[in-house]
Amino acid sequence: MQSFAFAAIGGGLIGVAAVLLMSLSGRIAGISGLIAGLLPPQPAHDWRLRLSFIAGLLLAPMVLNALAVPNGIGAPMLSYAAMIPAGLLVGIGSVLANGCTSGHGICGLARLSPRSLLATATFMLTAMATVLVMRHVI
Amino acid sequence: MRHHLVGFLAGTLFGLGLCLSGLADPAVVLGFLDLAGAWNPTLLFVMTAALTVTLIGYRIAFARGHPLWSSHFRVPTATAIDTPLVSGAVIFGIGWGLAGYCPGPAVVSLASARGEVVIFIAAMLVGMIAVRLLRVRFPALPMMGPPQRVSGKGAKNPTAGVRS
Repeated sequence: MQSFAFAAIGGGLIGVAAVLLMSLSGRIAGISGLIAGLLPPQPAHDWRLRLSFIAGLLLAPMVLNALAVPNGIGAPMLSYAAMIPAGLLVGIGSVLANGCTSGHGICGLARLSPRSLLATATFMLTAMATVLVMRHVI
Repeated sequence: MRHHLVGFLAGTLFGLGLCLSGLADPAVVLGFLDLAGAWNPTLLFVMTAALTVTLIGYRIAFARGHPLWSSHFRVPTATAIDTPLVSGAVIFGIGWGLAGYCPGPAVVSLASARGEVVIFIAAMLVGMIAVRLLRVRFPALPMMGPPQRVSGKGAKNPTAGVRS
């Protein structure tokens, strides 16, 4: 029960972050998009804001560590070798679809975007199918 | 400068949310995606809370007409349901289901200094760069899709389908 309360509080903080970025700077808090805009062939002109956001993400667990609060980071579930295809798929898919769990799943759904609804439903389904195959079929 | 501070603060809050909610633990994420196993509904609570706050907060923000510190909202303008959207979501979902990491939790998990996370992030960046380079090199390929466009100056309607 306690973990569900933390889940709701954590989700609320994610929402506050997304609303803050939109209402002050007019930007979507989509992690894959923010990261992709820092990469070749041409980093976006607003790379400083993007880098600031990523720096904040990296700082968060350190803040919790400093406060002696569990940082919630769990152990990786795949081997080194298996992380390569998983990471490649996440990178390729999120740039092709122009968004990931945050950009489509939270910000896009909150804008009632039909594209984001379809993307979110699609990646939820294929992720569930993947777990089904990996855990119960193979 | 203040936009960098907003970005930094939003990133920190976002990261704290990921850490506290359980999303930085791939076991929790995969437990949610595993409908045939011991289903873990945590992600549902996270998404519901995040979405509720964002839905309400965005409406208030959009009702003002423009961001407090900027002249316009920069939101995606694409409305077409196209091949890159669907194929990208399919591919993304498979990777997410394999590792239990999407980009945000993966970045946050770098703090654990685990080699597996570093490898995942490196591979993710390679995948992102590959698609971005291919889009520039082969703009005619319909499966790649155009780079994301966001609304420019003077855009009035940042919501898709919402009338405020």
